[in-house]
Amino acid sequence: MQPDISVKHLNKVYGGGFQALKDVNLEIYPGEIFALLGPNGAGKTTLISIICGIVNKTDGEIRAAGHNIVTDYRSAREAIGLVPQELHTDAFERVWDAVSFSRGLFGKPPKPSHIEKVLKDLSLWDKRNNRIMSLSGGMKRRVMIAKALSHEPRILFLDEPTAGVDVELRRDMWEMVRKLRENGTTIILTTHYIEEAEEMADRIGVIREGEIILVEEKNQLMSKLGKKELRLQLQNPLDKVPGELTLEPVELSEDGYELIYTFDAQEQQAGVARLLRTLGELDIEYRDLQTRESSLEEIFVGLVHE
Amino acid sequence: MNLYGVRAIYKFEMARMRRTIMQSVLAPVITTSLYFVVFGSAIGSRMGAIENISYGAYIIPGLVMLSLLMQSISNASFGIYMPKFSGTIYEVLSAPVSYAEIVLGYVGAAATKSVILGVIILITARFFVDYHVLHPFWMLSFLVLTAVTFSLFGFIIGIWADGFEKLQIVPMMVVTPLVFLGGTFYSIDMLPQVWQTISLFNPVVYLISGFRWAFYGVSDVHVGISVGMTVVFLAACMATVWWIFKTGYRLRS
Ligand SMILES: Nc1ncnc2c1ncn2[C@@H]1O[C@H](COP(=O)(O)OP(=O)(O)O)[C@@H](O)[C@H]1O
Ligand SMILES: [Mg+2]
Repeated sequence: MQPDISVKHLNKVYGGGFQALKDVNLEIYPGEIFALLGPNGAGKTTLISIICGIVNKTDGEIRAAGHNIVTDYRSAREAIGLVPQELHTDAFERVWDAVSFSRGLFGKPPKPSHIEKVLKDLSLWDKRNNRIMSLSGGMKRRVMIAKALSHEPRILFLDEPTAGVDVELRRDMWEMVRKLRENGTTIILTTHYIEEAEEMADRIGVIREGEIILVEEKNQLMSKLGKKELRLQLQNPLDKVPGELTLEPVELSEDGYELIYTFDAQEQQAGVARLLRTLGELDIEYRDLQTRESSLEEIFVGLVHE
Repeated sequence: MNLYGVRAIYKFEMARMRRTIMQSVLAPVITTSLYFVVFGSAIGSRMGAIENISYGAYIIPGLVMLSLLMQSISNASFGIYMPKFSGTIYEVLSAPVSYAEIVLGYVGAAATKSVILGVIILITARFFVDYHVLHPFWMLSFLVLTAVTFSLFGFIIGIWADGFEKLQIVPMMVVTPLVFLGGTFYSIDMLPQVWQTISLFNPVVYLISGFRWAFYGVSDVHVGISVGMTVVFLAACMATVWWIFKTGYRLRS
């Protein structure tokens, strides 16, 4: 399958000499939701801005929807919708006009039925005749999303879509992303909220200091890097971990009532079975047990602080 | 060509101008009327005719040019400066529009408005002075050519400016003196020889001279030179804009 976004050997050195991207290679496929994760200053916005044509690349080759973004920028850009990180809106324009403007700018003939649908989906319909400056911050962000969707792009970039937005907008945004995915829209979002990536993404890329350090299916990432934890509540307290158990990385809680066993997600069966067998042999009784998978957040923190 | 894109920018700019109709049309009309009252009627009545043209009529082409230049520059510079300032420029930069289309939209709108304003001022002048236009075609051509050229110039200033002061400084500090010293209120012939020579370095002299020729058939320099100089300035502005987009100067980092 031809990727919707293909980035090859992309470097970016800003005017001051700062290298914001280092040999970035990335392919994103039609219909997938790709989350780009990374701490502040990692280069997420720079990468998106280059793909969308707002920032010049230093070198490398980029294609969007199969078109070279420099030599065939029209076809490439027509396919892309962008919701930037910062809140940039006009002040005096009315919502309807601003969204219609965006559609025209992207070379599409007027289609009021589509604008109407987008505004309704984003709960902006009642505000369509309001001046943008009269709207709240959350509503302004919705206007920016509506602008990005006005020309029916097949690729949508959401740069930190939920940073600092209220719960309601966040929920609506997730809902919108799901709907767009059903229509086959390719979505690339950046975030430093892991839960967002965890909730929505099919694949995850982690970027750190301008380098993509990992690209992985979300589920594989979770199982590959994820740790699992087994907690056993004991009938009777122990004062130390029995010597027979030291084969596994087992710890004892302070009060002696809980045994905690941490293991890699992949090799769970063997280790857990061995542990429980050994407990049985030692006549250590337990009342209850739980397992817990580490969240993407813990994985992520582990990665970027390496 | 992305005609919908050009139209979107053009419409957006024209809508912005409609919202600011007071300051963009009414203000220049009032200012020009004041010039007519003071220079045309009050002082002009005591001035002799220049080349057989009453003083009130003589200053009309220059006064129209003054407004045309100022408005072209301020409309076009503001038009591109605002989205840069507010950040909404991201949308234009990420849109499938070529450099030429962006310029066509912004500069086209600014020039349109300047031409409309020029015509309004000409109509206003009619209330104060009885004038005639000898070469209406050339008069309109100069009007349009000047509006386009200086809108392009304003566009460059808008991209260059990184603060509101810079946006104001060129029209105030550069264009106003050039227009006043460019033969709006006098014929260059009336100056001492040395100042006549210096005046020839003032591009506005050629604009006003050519424009006045279209009205009355008299000029300080040959009309061909006027057209030539304006076209040279237009070409210089176009080359600058081309360079701006080519390098991303103050638009793309
Ligand atoms: N216009 C610019 N000029 C110079 N450096 C920049 C510019 N924009 C961003 N940077 C730098 O590039 C790095 C990456 O920034 P950015 O892409 O915004 O990161 P992120 O979106 O991941 O937080 C940061 O160190 C930032 O300071
Ligand atoms: Mg960012």
